[in-house]
Amino acid sequence: MLEQEKITELKKELIAFGTLAETMIAKSIRGLLKKEKATLREIIEEREPEANAFEIKIEELCVSVIAQYQPMAKELRTVLMIFKMASDIERIGDHAVNIAESALFLMDKQPVKPLIDIPRMADETTKSVDDAIMAFINEDALQAKNVCERDDIIDGLQVQIFRELTTFMTSDPTTIERALHLIRIASNLERIADLATNISEDVIFMVEGRVIKHHREEGSNP
Amino acid sequence: MENTVLKVENFSAYFGDNKILKEINLTVTKNIVAALMGPSGCGKTTLIRCINRMHELIPGAKVSGEIYLNDHDIYGMEPIVLRRMVGMVFQKPNPFPTMSIYENVIAGYKLNGIRRPKDEFDGIVEQSLKKAALWSEVKDVLHRKGTFLSGGQQQRLCIARALAMNPEILLLDEPTSALDPKSTSQIEELFVELKQNVTMLLVTHNIAQAARVSDFTAFIYLGELVEFGPTEKMFTVPKDKRTEEYLTGKFG
Amino acid sequence: MQGHIRIRLVKDTAFKGLICVLAFASLLPLFLILYYITKSGISVINWGFLLNLPRPIGETGGGISSAIVGTIMLIVLSGIISVPFGIATGIYLSENKEGKLSNTVRLCVIVLQGTPSIVIGIIAYVWVVAPLRTFSALSGGVALSIMMLPVIIKTTEETLKLIPYHLKEASLALGVPYYKTILKVILPSGLSGITTGILLSIARITGETAPLLFTAFGNQFMNINIFKPIDSLPYRIFYYAMSPYPEWHTFAWGASFILVVFTLAFNLIARGISAKWKIQF
Repeated sequence: MLEQEKITELKKELIAFGTLAETMIAKSIRGLLKKEKATLREIIEEREPEANAFEIKIEELCVSVIAQYQPMAKELRTVLMIFKMASDIERIGDHAVNIAESALFLMDKQPVKPLIDIPRMADETTKSVDDAIMAFINEDALQAKNVCERDDIIDGLQVQIFRELTTFMTSDPTTIERALHLIRIASNLERIADLATNISEDVIFMVEGRVIKHHREEGSNP
Repeated sequence: MENTVLKVENFSAYFGDNKILKEINLTVTKNIVAALMGPSGCGKTTLIRCINRMHELIPGAKVSGEIYLNDHDIYGMEPIVLRRMVGMVFQKPNPFPTMSIYENVIAGYKLNGIRRPKDEFDGIVEQSLKKAALWSEVKDVLHRKGTFLSGGQQQRLCIARALAMNPEILLLDEPTSALDPKSTSQIEELFVELKQNVTMLLVTHNIAQAARVSDFTAFIYLGELVEFGPTEKMFTVPKDKRTEEYLTGKFG
Repeated sequence: MQGHIRIRLVKDTAFKGLICVLAFASLLPLFLILYYITKSGISVINWGFLLNLPRPIGETGGGISSAIVGTIMLIVLSGIISVPFGIATGIYLSENKEGKLSNTVRLCVIVLQGTPSIVIGIIAYVWVVAPLRTFSALSGGVALSIMMLPVIIKTTEETLKLIPYHLKEASLALGVPYYKTILKVILPSGLSGITTGILLSIARITGETAPLLFTAFGNQFMNINIFKPIDSLPYRIFYYAMSPYPEWHTFAWGASFILVVFTLAFNLIARGISAKWKIQF
């Protein structure tokens, strides 16, 4: 069916876009840890315009599919959620660019402290994004739910990093500029994780038709 | 242009003093499905009947302007010759009731007295029925009368009959409006495959069908060609306000 | 309330009963005729009766073979003349629904249908018998064909009118010229109705006597020459019935029986063909 083919094409585009975003995160962290200037430049100059183009393409495709095929039920939810997820993935890309920019600043400066928590947080974030996209590919609501639940861990890591670096800044004002960039990197990672949660919520709506956002399970921290 | 199949230039059609079509200009390229949509009575059926000069059969019909089929002026040739180059499928499936399925497919040859060796006819029948996605369903009952088939099958038979003549362009006048939804979607899928073989001009009053199936869409209103463009653009960003109103159901 | 309803039910039943009685009553004459003819004529029917020529009174074993052959020949002759003209006119009328000529033709057909058969016989006498200076099968055929025309024309026109326009459109859209569309698509589709019309008109003229009186005239010898007088069942019946001999009266009943069988047969065949060949649109 024509409609099915178009929706399959749409899904493929979104998956490709998600993969691009994941690459951008991975390269930005690698560039930070291994001090690879070229990698970081690549993210800012080449991958970011690519991501913007992807978002526009997917949005236009969603509009056409709705105009031409008037999808119903699950297909309608799928197309609408893909439209939404494209926007979220583009923002993930923007945050990866922010990380790359801060990494470029820190490139040739003295490290404030050995980087332990940030890589750990980066791992968790990358896993969340990957799981969210896998949940979309496999239409797995359970996997999506897991991503939402793990968000708290990542939030916790960010708070920890913030506290630690604040101590450094108060004891030695010369570290402030560098520490602020590190905090910026952590904040961006935390935002990426939030976006992965958004994507997972969208997947659950797509698969089950249930809205779980703005709603907390009992017993979790507000 | 080599890629143009049909060119309509400043074409108007009249029934008596009634001007049904007003200075239509339209170019259709090869191997696409072009939909003609518009409210009832807007002239879209008249337009395609002008392309194979069937409208002339109605007393009091007049035209002005030109239509070119692959660079031949259709008013410079005999209507009979033109109609053999243009295939037409009607709203109500109309296989010939006295003929078998086999005879129906090659009716265009047989009725016109065009002789071919039997295995050539066999080949034409098989090819046409395959192109119309009907071969597998009827290959064992080719000798049976065409009227025993279901509505959707009869319509595909009519499509095969038109295709057998190897037309330059296939005109379809609301081909699915008399069929049930399942047959309709079968035939719509057929269009997508068929356009590799032949160019199709489809009149439909079903906006959603035009959106689903066509590559280009023309919107005709009160005898005027209001807009003609790629379907995707027509349905998302129509240029003319009247098109927008028609699509959003303000009239028609 | 009860009484009111009761009266209505009674009226209802009475009405239904009345309809049935009247319907049955109108069939009664037909059954009586068939019964009487069969009773009176069946005694004479045997192979000799059917295969022998009429013999003079006094001789036994006479038959009506000349009449049977004559009737068949007259049917064939009148068919040859009336069928082509009748179908062609029917086609013309169905294709030209309006217009002075077609309306005039329709009027003529109605008038022709109402013309007394004896008048038609006289016309045929003037046209054929007088110039040829002899009674002949040909003149009988001409007279009968004139009587067949209205029925054939009417049924052809009505049958073709029932054929949906889109069938013609389909053929024309394939580039088939108009005359071929009519001959190869429209006519074959209407074959059932047209054939029925022809058979019904034959059934009608089989029993016509008056026009044959001054045209075919009658002949007690076997004749297949169309330019000579020819025998026919109705004539033979007339001849035998008018005679003073009781044996010949019985022969007349026998011939009537055969005639009725003929006519019934044509009617039944017509119905059968109509049902079997009918094309649904």
